Amino acid sequence: MTLVVVDPVTRIEGHLRIETEVDGGKVQDAWSSATMFRGVELILKGRDPRDAWAFTQRICGVCTTVHAIASIRAVENAIGATPPPNARLLRNLIISAQCVQDHVVHFYHLHALDWVDIVSALSADPAKTSALAQSISDWPLSSTTYFAGIQQRVKAFVERGQLGPFANAYWGHPAYRLPAEANLMAVAHYLEALDWQREFIKIHAILGGKNPHLQSFLVGGMATPIDPDRQASLNAGSIAQMQELIKKGRDFVTKVYIPDLLAIASFYKDWAGYGAGVGNYLVYGEYPEADGPNPALFLPPGVIHKRDLSKVEPFDPSKITEQVKHSWYEYEGGDDKGLHPFQGETKPKYTGPKPPYERLETGAKYSWLKSPRYDGEPMEVGPLARMLVAYASGQPRVKELVGVVLGKLGVGPEALFSTLGRVAARGIETQVLVEKMDDWLNGLAANMAKRELRIADNSKWEPSTWPRECSGAGFHEAPRGALGHWVHIRDGQIANYQCVVPSTWNAGPRDASGKRGPYEEALLGTPIHDPTQPLEILRTVHSFDPCIACGVHVVDAQKRELAQVRVL
Amino acid sequence: MTAPSNWFLEELERRGVSRREFMGFCGVMASALALPKSVGASIAAAIQKTEKPVLVWLEFQDCCGNTESFLRASRPTVAEIVLDTLSVDYHETIMAAAGAQARANLEKAVKDHKGKYIAVVEGSIPTGEGGAYCTIGGRSAISIARDVCGDAMATIAMGTCATFGGLPAAAPNPTGALGVADAVPGVRNLINLSACPANVENLTALVVYYLTFKNLPPTDAYRRPLFAYGKAIHDNCERRAHYDAGQYVEAWGDDGHRTGYCLYKMGCKGPVTFQNCPNVRWNEGTNWPIGCGHPCIGCAEPDFWDKMTPFYRHLSGIPGFGVQSNIDKIGAWATVGVGAAFAAHGVVSLAKRWKAGQPPRHLPDAPDKKPGEGEKGGRS
Repeated sequence: MTLVVVDPVTRIEGHLRIETEVDGGKVQDAWSSATMFRGVELILKGRDPRDAWAFTQRICGVCTTVHAIASIRAVENAIGATPPPNARLLRNLIISAQCVQDHVVHFYHLHALDWVDIVSALSADPAKTSALAQSISDWPLSSTTYFAGIQQRVKAFVERGQLGPFANAYWGHPAYRLPAEANLMAVAHYLEALDWQREFIKIHAILGGKNPHLQSFLVGGMATPIDPDRQASLNAGSIAQMQELIKKGRDFVTKVYIPDLLAIASFYKDWAGYGAGVGNYLVYGEYPEADGPNPALFLPPGVIHKRDLSKVEPFDPSKITEQVKHSWYEYEGGDDKGLHPFQGETKPKYTGPKPPYERLETGAKYSWLKSPRYDGEPMEVGPLARMLVAYASGQPRVKELVGVVLGKLGVGPEALFSTLGRVAARGIETQVLVEKMDDWLNGLAANMAKRELRIADNSKWEPSTWPRECSGAGFHEAPRGALGHWVHIRDGQIANYQCVVPSTWNAGPRDASGKRGPYEEALLGTPIHDPTQPLEILRTVHSFDPCIACGVHVVDAQKRELAQVRVL
Repeated sequence: MTAPSNWFLEELERRGVSRREFMGFCGVMASALALPKSVGASIAAAIQKTEKPVLVWLEFQDCCGNTESFLRASRPTVAEIVLDTLSVDYHETIMAAAGAQARANLEKAVKDHKGKYIAVVEGSIPTGEGGAYCTIGGRSAISIARDVCGDAMATIAMGTCATFGGLPAAAPNPTGALGVADAVPGVRNLINLSACPANVENLTALVVYYLTFKNLPPTDAYRRPLFAYGKAIHDNCERRAHYDAGQYVEAWGDDGHRTGYCLYKMGCKGPVTFQNCPNVRWNEGTNWPIGCGHPCIGCAEPDFWDKMTPFYRHLSGIPGFGVQSNIDKIGAWATVGVGAAFAAHGVVSLAKRWKAGQPPRHLPDAPDKKPGEGEKGGRS
């Protein structure tokens, strides 16, 4: 048995450590550990609930909108504020733009280097690369000259002898299987995607002032004024600007991202047999299509158990619990049971090895992440869960695109339960959303045309209009999955604030009954060619798109005396 | 090694950037640095002559927002060249290597380029629990920071967490989080680029500044470059005329809000926040927070999570706003000590942080300048 530790896991957000036991060329067991803690919810106690979105937003700068959205929804739910239609449309645009940009960046900049060998691209024939590119897409940047230029550019970079972020990686590893030409094409698109993401995300700057950390969220609405006749408001010019950005975004997704994904996946079809994980999927649903309570959602909520696509259970928030048996926290009533977020309690309690350390005590507590459970079971959340629930629920466009992708790869729906399935689902979702964005933008323009200019529910802005004590929950589908915030407000201040976050669901440790979290379960059986170059571990872990800063949090600020905070 | 001027111009051409466009970029940089346009030529010369300096980027108690900001570098193709001018030997979010190979890259960079590399720090550094609140490869953030920043030619603290402790250090600072200045006492050549996140235009400008002038820029009391933090947001705000005219947004979406009136009454912290947001804006000049109708939250200032909150309460103790001369009184507000500021907004727990157990901090409590200072001519 060989212990293989990957720390830091790079090309992710946050600090993640994976420990595995490898035997017979396969992962036999795995432990996922988050190694950073900030305590954001503790910091929120006693503050103005209208400020909470800005605090929670800083949980993550990659998915820079998600905790703001969940937060304003939770507070609105608590105080009874009703955002007007324009706020719903602005938020849908912001959420979808986040998801599309994030997925493309994940594919090219965080995940691609697990499948694409940059060094191999140096030996590609640019003419053949051009033929390959033109056979899969009519994207204009595809000439022999273009790819020769990219290759020359990479060559010059390598010859200068300073490989920077590409140094000491796993180039030449036998698990890389793309032909040199496909590698060169992917490298070209890696560079193009760097430019693309910077352009596309200007939608966020228009609607939120800046990205990262947009600054236009409000409890009760949005701060972005709308008026076709004013310079300082969103107007026809802004609509035109966003139309153009969405169109260019759609072009890149349709003509570059999706063809690349299919081309690369066709060389790695065996990865449809690895990385399945727990096989349970949880989705809260997203993109309200109407105003008021319980609106229809463009991507439906639901729960799938044990890979059974014939049955989608309704989502029931009361079934969510969090456990701390293997997490660096303790519960007053003992660490063996789970607690619902509203009843939650937490004390950070670090019992791990004193740094510097070589190994974690994986039999005991070993992560700053908790173990969320739904009905007692570990659940995978994220694009795969969303696409599976939408597919099984009959969402027309998702059903159609899943069919297209499976058909092109020549595999059945069972292939979705895998590392490759996650990669494919992310692409499908991107396509579905980037097609949909125009609808929301047109809705905004239509409201402008009829002088429906409200952006916020001002009737609930002043804390004096709120109940003395109230609580609420905000649910959201972040790029990485189901996100929930729970807030308890007393006398206009936050009494308790809790987040249960996608990467906590996916990256969390074992629970009291010893059930592994989704990362841990997904790594079982992963082939390892060379334990000193654990490329295959990265493939499966990256397929979840880890966001660890998001995942680590403290649940209950209520029962904790500030005086107990231990500070050096 | 190819002669610098050749490789640089070749790279420009390969990226479809003409020499003329590049000179244009340098002109933009010159204006970001508040230099006359003619200085652009010497900037171009400096970049071409420079060997790729090594840069290592450390992430501690961070949200990756500054890395994302870095990825939004403006004038895309040219910004990429500027990045290529550096050898980014360690950056967990973008690097191909992982685990042992990644750690080896950091060790190698620090050893081979001792005293010559640039360290960038993103995120605060926790001191609680013997460093266990943030470990990388089993090592605590504070030990990595002290080693890496200790041997760097210069350290750039990118964002308010790395600069002042930021969000993790907000009361009650559960993990004993510190910014670089406090976590690495005596760190050489520290430049703070505060803001949440820091605007990449200021990082780019800083790098160009160094390559051009071969020294680091003059800074304010918080070690922030004057070229980016020398004036209050209020002094350069496009809505300033409405402030002076007493025209304010009173409710979200009202006529004044749609017209672009001053956001002071909605809680804007522009009068006490020093940054060049109104000038360089964000995302290639697309917009900025006040431009999209939301008040400034003061994210470039120390302890803004405690001192600038509640965000929607307008600055207190400033009588008769709407008169230009009162800006000096607003400046005086900025010098209110932390204790008074906490008492003002009523978060009782915050004071506890300062009484017991708080790690030592070397920052002054408030800026030692008033709005308008730091740039010749002051405010107009």
